[in-house]
Amino acid sequence: MTGLRLEKLRHPNLGPIDISVDPGECVCLRGPSGSGKTLTLRAIADLDPHDGRVFLEDTEAGEVAAPQWRRQVGFLPAESQWWYDSVGEHLRAPDPEWLKRLGFEEDVLGWSISRLSTGEKQRLALIRLLENQPRALLLDEPTASLDPDNVRLVEAVIAAYQKKHTTPILWVTHDPEQIERVAERGYRMDAGRIVEQVYP
Amino acid sequence: MSVISLSPWDLGLAAVLVAIVAVLSGRLRLGVGRQLAVNAVRMTAQLLLVGLVLRALFAHAHLGWIALMAAVMLLVAGREVMARQRRRFTGWWGYGLGTGSMFVSSFTITTLALLVIVQPEPWYRPQYAIPLLGMLLGNTMNGISLSLDRLTQSAWQQHRIIEQRLILGQSRTEAIGDIRRESTRAALTPTINAMAAAGVVSLPGMMTGQILAGTAPFEAVKYQILIMFLIGAGAGLGSIGAVWLGSRHLFDPRHRLRLGRLRRPRAR
Repeated sequence: MTGLRLEKLRHPNLGPIDISVDPGECVCLRGPSGSGKTLTLRAIADLDPHDGRVFLEDTEAGEVAAPQWRRQVGFLPAESQWWYDSVGEHLRAPDPEWLKRLGFEEDVLGWSISRLSTGEKQRLALIRLLENQPRALLLDEPTASLDPDNVRLVEAVIAAYQKKHTTPILWVTHDPEQIERVAERGYRMDAGRIVEQVYP
Repeated sequence: MSVISLSPWDLGLAAVLVAIVAVLSGRLRLGVGRQLAVNAVRMTAQLLLVGLVLRALFAHAHLGWIALMAAVMLLVAGREVMARQRRRFTGWWGYGLGTGSMFVSSFTITTLALLVIVQPEPWYRPQYAIPLLGMLLGNTMNGISLSLDRLTQSAWQQHRIIEQRLILGQSRTEAIGDIRRESTRAALTPTINAMAAAGVVSLPGMMTGQILAGTAPFEAVKYQILIMFLIGAGAGLGSIGAVWLGSRHLFDPRHRLRLGRLRRPRAR
C-alpha cells in the first residue's frame, strides 16, 4: 500500500484515527468545528506532538527530517500567513501557468501583501504550497472565502495537480456539493474521532 | 586632592527633592509616588549595605570572598532578568537561560580584562574586580533581558507566521531567523546609543565618579573607553548566546513550535 496512511494517530483531543488515502484519491473530512479535522491535518504535518504513525509512500514521518516531511505532505491551513512586504518575496519561481489558471497576471509578484483580499491570499497560498511539489495534499477548507467562480478555479488547479502526480488528498470542507464534486469518499468526524464513512 | 565627604545632612537634602516628586506624583495621580518612595528607600539601604560589604571585602582581599560576592551578584542579576520577562520559559530554563548566558559572557570578559588588560596585583584585587564585574553584569543583564523578552514575546505574537513557515518546510532556524535577529539587535541598541552619546550628551557615571574622586581626567577617560568596549562585548556575546539557546528551546527536535514552554504573563 502506498499513498497516505495514518495508524492510530492520537493526540490529547484526538483519535485514535486510522485513515488511508490511495495515490490519486481524494478523501474528505467533515464535521462540526472542534471535531478534530484541523488537528488531524496538523498532526499529519507533524506540527504538534502526537502518538501513532503516519506513512507517505511507505516512508514513516520520523524517518525523514521534519522540514522535508512537511514539504512532502503539503498542508494548506485555513488561514494563510504572509510575513514579507510583497507577494513575490514569498515565492521562489512560481509557474506562470499556475498563476494564470488561478486568475493572476505575473505582475501579482509585485503586489503588496497588505492590499490582498482574503480570497487572493487563499489562492496565492495554494500556489506557494504547490511550488514545493508536495507528494500529498492536506487542504483545510481551501475555498472557504472564495466566490463560486474562484472555487471552480481552485478545484480545477488542485485536480490538475492531483492528476499529474497521482497525489493523495485529504480535504476538509463543510460544503456537501464540493464533496460530491471532488471526493471519492469521506469521513465524518465528531469529538476527535471518525464516526462515519460516507460515499457521495 | 581628596574627596569631599558627604554628611547625612547632604544626603537628606537630596532625598527631600525626591520626596517632593513623590508628593507631586500623588497629587497628579501618576500612580508611581509610592513606588518611587519605596524604591528610593530600597536603593539607599542596598547601597549602604554594599558599602559595608565592600569595606569588609577590601580589608580581606581573599579570592574566596570575592568569588562569593560575584556569585551573589550573578544570582541577583539572574533573578532580575527572569522578573523582567513577560513570558519567560517554564521550569529551570526561566532562570537558568539568562543567568547562564550572563555568567559565561560577563565572567569570561571580566577575567580577561583583569588578567590581560588591567593586570592589578593580585589579579582579583576587589577594588578592580568588583566594579568591573558589576558594570559588566549590569549591562549584560539589560541586554539579555531585553533580547529574551523580545524573543519570547515575538514568538508568541507571531506564532502563526512561524508555523506557516514550518509548514512550508522551513527549518526552525529559518522560521525564527527574523525574530532572532531583531531580538539580538534589541540587546545591542542601548550600548550603541550609549557609545554614540558618551562624552557628548552624557558623561558616563564611572568616569564622572573617578573624576570626582580626583583621578586625572585623561586616565578616567581611558578607563571609560575600556568599560564601553567590555560592555559592548559582554552585552553582545551574552545576548547572542541567550537568544540562540532560547530560540532553539522554543522548538523540539522535530522542529515543532512549543509555546507550552513559555509561561503565561501574570495579570497586572
